Amino acid sequence: MMEIMEGSHAVARAVTMCRPQVIAAYPITPQTHIVEALAEIVANCELDADYITVESEFSALSACLGASAAGSRVYSATTSQGLALMFEVCFNVAGMRQPVVMSIVNRALGAPLSIWNDHQDSISLRDSGWMQFYAEDNQEATDLHYIAYKVAEDHRVLLPSFVCFDGFILSHTYEPVDMLNQEQADSYLPPFKPYHRLDADDPISFGLFASPDYYQEFRYENDQALRSAQDVVASCGREFGEMFGRDYSGLVEAYRLDDADTAIVAMGSLCGTVKDAIDELRDAGKKVGLLKIRSFRPFPAEEIKSALSGVSRVAVLDKNISLGSKGAACLEIRDALYGSQIPVLGYVLALGGRDVRKKDIAAIVDNAEKGRGDIVYGLREELLK
Amino acid sequence: MALNLGCTAKPGNARDNKTGSWRVFKPEFIREKCTQCGMCTIVCPEGCISPDEDEFPVPDYDYCKGCGLCAEECPSEAIEMKKEEK
Amino acid sequence: MTDKPCNLFDVGHRACGGCAAALAAKLILEAAGKNTIVVSATGCMEVFSTPYPETAWGVPWIHSLFENNSAVASGVVASLKKQGRTEKVIALGGDGATVDIGMLCISGAFERGTDFTYICYDNEAYMNTGIQRSGATPYDASTTTSPAGKCSFGNPRPKKDLPAILAAHGAPYVATASVAYPADFKKKVEKAVNIPGPCYIQVHAPCCTGWGFEGEKTIAIGKLAIETGLWVNYEMENGEVTRVKKVRRKPVEDYLTEQKRFRHLFRPKKNDGEIAKIQQIADRNAEKYGTDIVLKK
Ligand SMILES: Cc1ncc(C[n+]2csc(CCOP(=O)(O)OP(=O)(O)O)c2C)c(N)n1
Ligand code: SF4
Ligand code: SF4
Ligand SMILES: [Mg+2]
Repeated sequence: MMEIMEGSHAVARAVTMCRPQVIAAYPITPQTHIVEALAEIVANCELDADYITVESEFSALSACLGASAAGSRVYSATTSQGLALMFEVCFNVAGMRQPVVMSIVNRALGAPLSIWNDHQDSISLRDSGWMQFYAEDNQEATDLHYIAYKVAEDHRVLLPSFVCFDGFILSHTYEPVDMLNQEQADSYLPPFKPYHRLDADDPISFGLFASPDYYQEFRYENDQALRSAQDVVASCGREFGEMFGRDYSGLVEAYRLDDADTAIVAMGSLCGTVKDAIDELRDAGKKVGLLKIRSFRPFPAEEIKSALSGVSRVAVLDKNISLGSKGAACLEIRDALYGSQIPVLGYVLALGGRDVRKKDIAAIVDNAEKGRGDIVYGLREELLK
Repeated sequence: MALNLGCTAKPGNARDNKTGSWRVFKPEFIREKCTQCGMCTIVCPEGCISPDEDEFPVPDYDYCKGCGLCAEECPSEAIEMKKEEK
Repeated sequence: MTDKPCNLFDVGHRACGGCAAALAAKLILEAAGKNTIVVSATGCMEVFSTPYPETAWGVPWIHSLFENNSAVASGVVASLKKQGRTEKVIALGGDGATVDIGMLCISGAFERGTDFTYICYDNEAYMNTGIQRSGATPYDASTTTSPAGKCSFGNPRPKKDLPAILAAHGAPYVATASVAYPADFKKKVEKAVNIPGPCYIQVHAPCCTGWGFEGEKTIAIGKLAIETGLWVNYEMENGEVTRVKKVRRKPVEDYLTEQKRFRHLFRPKKNDGEIAKIQQIADRNAEKYGTDIVLKK
């Protein structure tokens, strides 16, 4: 049913329908509305979950790890500083192969302190072993939660997952969202079946330490699991489409890319602006298209390679920067296209909430056509003097 | 899968590690002096002492590290630490 | 593998010979029984019991990090509650994991009233990383980060009083114990796991390697700590001290001279001033908890 809702509330409703048994999260702007909404939902017995009012994000994710290992479906949500505080636990959850699902309401990392949007928080955890899905709008943000649980808990995967959506731009925006009802949600997402759990009737030890004789093999298996999750993401996304009419089988999505000279690559809500800009550029005779990355981990390098094989240049938009190097997506795309001769130009932009307009996209396309890339786009005039 | 998913293990396989090889001194239990008070069994950090069919304590030398705690705590001086012959 | 049934804390672990932490683990599981889930912090006990693919634990056991065992335990407790399961949850940590780096998570778990038992095996330093001081290292003990030297007498601070801090959180049951008194320790564990809400036990666990004594003396040293008044065994119920182990006190020197970590107080020459300060700590303990046996006239 179509409803006009705030992004955070739509996500909280979708999460409710996924029936997590244990929720542990800590308030932080711009994620707070989610945990408040869930607290209310639990307080009104609309969800039979244990809501742990932890004293920090570090404990939130630690509690989720414990509850997941004990056999419950769990949920958390955070952003920015909260995610940074979870850093150590994130690697742990992935290494222990617990299918935790966590919403990341993307926000910049301090210093300087900023509550506004970019992707530095989740991108900084790209090496942690979590899946990372990025939503373009609130419909996608809600739908991706069902898919994330289904993929994460699949016994061929057993990896945790971030569902990322942009702070304020999506989280605080009212948009029409087609919500599944509980029956639909249940028919798509079966009850959680742990691969193994803490259980006195079948006592297992979790989280042993590995000597150099074994450690590398565990990391290898973790990597293999994340790579092969691609197929599961695709099939769970397809199944969602077959059941509810919105197909998510692609880990990437092309927009007017078929005959494009310039391909823009972007993630998250930015894709909406880019699409609008492309329509205008197309009207003006410029052959521009978009490749949206929905799944940054697993990273669908082959899919990307074939989607971009016909273009003359690629302009990658990154709402993050690896200081001293480049934006994360730019580096990955360049790696995916290695050997193809297609120039990949990187544009770091919109850090800490700077607005991106259609004319900025046009300017970036212009830059790309002139071969000018690997820049931070849109710096204040006084820095350029 | 070659490894146990998520670095897990089932109970029992610590027994693969025979810590008895660490031993320098070996506890010898002298039945004649033993009152079967059970102190040695309680204090052994390995938990490797158990009663035989006559209820006398015997250590499992596969795992006994020879720490001497049982001998030190035995109220009847019924355990003697002897240099291990190897 | 042998055909013997495995103990709940099994043979084959890699603790030093005579290790009190290993003894504590054994006693805890004897008292708590098999319907127990253990959440361990990083430290000696975790490392010596679980090198992959070996585990010494015969109960369900989980280790995540150094400083989050009570948060992980909170999650386990919540999950069990939702599933209607009955296992008891014990969080285990060394003194470093407990009084230092884990304080945030412990405070949170106790404040929330989590139904679990936290047991700190207190070997009075970070042993797993090679004997560095912790907030539970006693006054004047020499460790690798509080070494005695020309202008240092060792650790400059007394032990942090975590039992009091957790009692102040409203914990229904807080106790101290010692591996030197195994029956008393087991009774306390059994009591704690059966009391609803967050319970805390800090068990004195002499470490031959870190304190500098022979492994056979573990229990004797533990007893001396109590007999000199430098460790007090007591129980606190709802914030009130309800039971205290009484002793006929010996001078603290009897305890100090047995351990290399205090050797600098006696060599090259005896430091009467510092020893007197340690005696004062013992005297204050005795007064505060009323440990001294007073002979009736
Ligand atoms: C965040 C973090 N900091 C530091 C360490 C290194 N470390 C591992 S165990 C340990 C000391 C453990 O001390 P304690 O809790 O007293 O246990 P013990 O080894 O003495 O039994 C330290 C410092 C770590 N694993 N994680
Ligand atoms: S010497 Fe130590 S390990 Fe061996 S039986 Fe005695 S107490 Fe146990
Ligand atoms: S260093 Fe101390 S605590 Fe660690 S295993 Fe050895 S005796 Fe036990
Ligand atoms: Mg310690």
